[in-house]
Amino acid sequence: MMEHATTLSIAQPTTLLPLTFLLPLVGTLILAFSRGQLSYRASATVGTASIGLAALTTAALALGFAAAGPQQLTLWTWIAVGDFTPGISLALDGLSLTMLGVITGVGFFIHLFAAWYMRGEDGITRFYTYMNLFVFSMVLLVLGDNLLLLFLGWEGVGLCSYLLIGYYYTHSANGWAGFKAFVITRIGDVFLALGMFLLFTRLGTLNIAEILELAPQAWQAGDTTVELAAFLLLGGAMGKSAQLPLHTWLADAMAGPTPVSALIHAATMVTAGVYLIARMHGIFELAPTALYVTGVIGALTLLMAGFAALAQTDIKRVLAYSTMSQIGYMFLALGVGAYDTAIFHLMTHAFFKALLFLSAGAVIISCHHEQDMRRLGGLWRKLPLPYAGFMVGGAALAALPLISAGFYSKDEILWQALAADQQGLLIAGLVGALLTSLYTLRLIIGTFHGTAKSDNARHAETGRGLAHGLPLVVLAGLSTFVGAWITPPLAEVLPAGPGDATHVGHSSLELLAAATALGGMALGVWLFGLRRGWLRLANRGPGAGLWHLWHHAWGFDLVFDWTLVRPYRLTVWLLKSDLFDGLFRLLARLVRLLHLGLSRTQSGRVRGYAITMVAGVALILLSLALVIQGT
Amino acid sequence: MNGVPMEHGLVLAAVLFALGLGGLMFRRNMIFVLMSLEVMLNAAGLAFIVAGTGWQQPEGQAMFLLVITLAAAEASVGLALLIQLYHRFRTLNLDVASRMRG
Amino acid sequence: MELAFYLSALMAVLATLGVMTNPNPVHAVLYLVVSLLAVALVFFALGAPFAGALEIIVYAGAIMVLFVFVVMMLNLGQATVDQERQWLQPRTWLGPSVLATVLLLTLVSLLWRGDIQAVIEGGGLTARGVGTLLYGPWLLLVELGALLLLAALVTASHVGRIGKVAAPSPAPRDLPTGASTPANGQAHQPSTNGVAGEDV
Repeated sequence: MMEHATTLSIAQPTTLLPLTFLLPLVGTLILAFSRGQLSYRASATVGTASIGLAALTTAALALGFAAAGPQQLTLWTWIAVGDFTPGISLALDGLSLTMLGVITGVGFFIHLFAAWYMRGEDGITRFYTYMNLFVFSMVLLVLGDNLLLLFLGWEGVGLCSYLLIGYYYTHSANGWAGFKAFVITRIGDVFLALGMFLLFTRLGTLNIAEILELAPQAWQAGDTTVELAAFLLLGGAMGKSAQLPLHTWLADAMAGPTPVSALIHAATMVTAGVYLIARMHGIFELAPTALYVTGVIGALTLLMAGFAALAQTDIKRVLAYSTMSQIGYMFLALGVGAYDTAIFHLMTHAFFKALLFLSAGAVIISCHHEQDMRRLGGLWRKLPLPYAGFMVGGAALAALPLISAGFYSKDEILWQALAADQQGLLIAGLVGALLTSLYTLRLIIGTFHGTAKSDNARHAETGRGLAHGLPLVVLAGLSTFVGAWITPPLAEVLPAGPGDATHVGHSSLELLAAATALGGMALGVWLFGLRRGWLRLANRGPGAGLWHLWHHAWGFDLVFDWTLVRPYRLTVWLLKSDLFDGLFRLLARLVRLLHLGLSRTQSGRVRGYAITMVAGVALILLSLALVIQGT
Repeated sequence: MNGVPMEHGLVLAAVLFALGLGGLMFRRNMIFVLMSLEVMLNAAGLAFIVAGTGWQQPEGQAMFLLVITLAAAEASVGLALLIQLYHRFRTLNLDVASRMRG
Repeated sequence: MELAFYLSALMAVLATLGVMTNPNPVHAVLYLVVSLLAVALVFFALGAPFAGALEIIVYAGAIMVLFVFVVMMLNLGQATVDQERQWLQPRTWLGPSVLATVLLLTLVSLLWRGDIQAVIEGGGLTARGVGTLLYGPWLLLVELGALLLLAALVTASHVGRIGKVAAPSPAPRDLPTGASTPANGQAHQPSTNGVAGEDV
């Protein structure tokens, strides 16, 4: 009897766990089946409340987790084919709890902000339907205890990303941006699927815990098969997390509404790759080459995106490249084996990047959809709250020592790189930190200081209301050292990083990192604030070329266009008119000709039909008579 | 002469049928077309009766009953359509109602 | 007996020819009545008096009355007769007639070659036999006939409704010249409601 009572108790994680994805699903269904009958307020309420309740559920789960530890819950068997029986089964451990908190917590504030941001837009119900569906998919992704369920969530978030990038579908450019994001992430997804196939054929299971358990028994470290599997998983993570060379979609994905950029393209979906690698760390531990390549890719991406962010004029594109760069840091941390540090940076990054995006959204709405830095400026008086948001978020992004959340996580990454004896990665990280400070300062000074450079900026309207203010304030709070106090309970799930054992030289590195960040900021203030004359270098000669190169993010789009798209289209064009197609086309033309002839006989006159029919009957009977005569 | 050969009865049915068919094909007035249809149905009924009496089986007359039912149904629906045609087009010319041409 | 058959057969064929060729609708309907009566006589001559009686009552009676009624209701006068004359050109009827003749000849030749060898002597079949057959093994046929009549009743009363369906219908684009445009919105006669379905 007592047992019965406890299993039904609402505080039990096993009963609460499904609520985390059922609530967004219910929200999606309500909104989707309302057929646009709901008012703006009702749509926003349903969409936000479902995520808010999911966030409360997550909080209750976190309390339960502190007491009871990891949970495992199998809802039902999804597919049963012989021995292959992946279930709809959920696993709650420190890692997925951390992700869950980020998704529902940050997600709730972004949903709330969207109620302010999206007012006056058409199709709010559609917006919240997709957003809730996204949260549903993302929660499945992190809670799934097998790779197939993870893949379901993985594809679900990709779909929602596509739908929301193309939310303003009246402009074809937005549709193309969504298309690009979908296709490029699909390339990564193919790798992930192949990796799943490989793991299944070799280990006979897709259950993550079993894979991590079986892998060390099946393979030795450095085995070719496990390296291949790790590389395939890495390919999937690269596509989703916009790492070189599959990164080009993320900047264009800014075509979607800004809350979408904040939720999907900064805080949650793009970090799914980091989650995947952390989740499959057992495979990567056995594959040192793949792990090293992960770090190198992260380092290259963070440098590439850092330079590109320096030369952007659209404030959302600056933030997009900054997101790539920060995820590069996470990959770097993964590459040196510091999985928990990567997840820690993922969490703080979710806080401050969501804050930056929401502040940018506030600026954009206040300035009548003006998001070009060259046409903004002098806004800090009129928009104090977004300005504060940018200051706090920017400080965290640039890792302002001691008081910002970003400092703690980024410093930890650099320390782990040093402890792993990866000097190259460390130097890349330091250079990246310098770049981060520079572009952050450029962004803030360009947007908020100086003089207003357009009427839109001169007539900025200050945002009001709880939906506008609360998310900014809460996220700003989390972006300070307060956010760094939250320690993800990862010790049980992920192995310790190389820097956890010793602390020799940690303080000197901290000083170096702090000096880099502060130096970068000072340089930024000097360069973009005080001595703007230097910037004219970017207008002529090699400076202009460099600007152009960085503005187009090192020309990856162009390279892909020339090496992949154009050859493909050429091939298609060559194959378009081959012999067999001609044959089929001839057939089609023949059929059409026959159709034309036959449709002529459809005169619409009943007498004509009667005559035709009688003629047919007469013909048949006559031939019958002749045949009988012949026998 | 002792009795009528069955062929003669069937030929009569065929002649009536062919006459009705001809009328169906060359008449444009819907009222005549309907009458032609009645003639054809009647000819079919005649063929049943001839066959039934020729082989001394009551099934022929039963089928004739069905044919006559069919004729009644056809006439009522056909005449209703005729009234509609006249109402819409102010004519009984069937060729006018040719909007379903391909 | 045989004489009655051949005489009434001749009468039926001639009367049917009259139906097909007469330009006046009322005359044609009367010719049709004659033709049906002649067929009824054929039935009597063949020894199927029940069928003959039905033919007179249902065909020559009910259905033909319906036709006459409709013809009178539409008030088809001399204009219709003239138009029928105009339509009955050899150019119009020659082709269909040839076609029908070919079909007839084929049928007849097939019949002749069939070698049936049955001779109808009349008598032997009573209404009682037909009745036992109908309400015995063929009961389903009766039900089907009833359903058919019901369906026809519903259809006729629905199709025959005027006014509610489409008030003076917009002149179709392909309305041939000669037909008066109904666009002037003539008043409909409410008395025409459901006429076609009454007699079923």
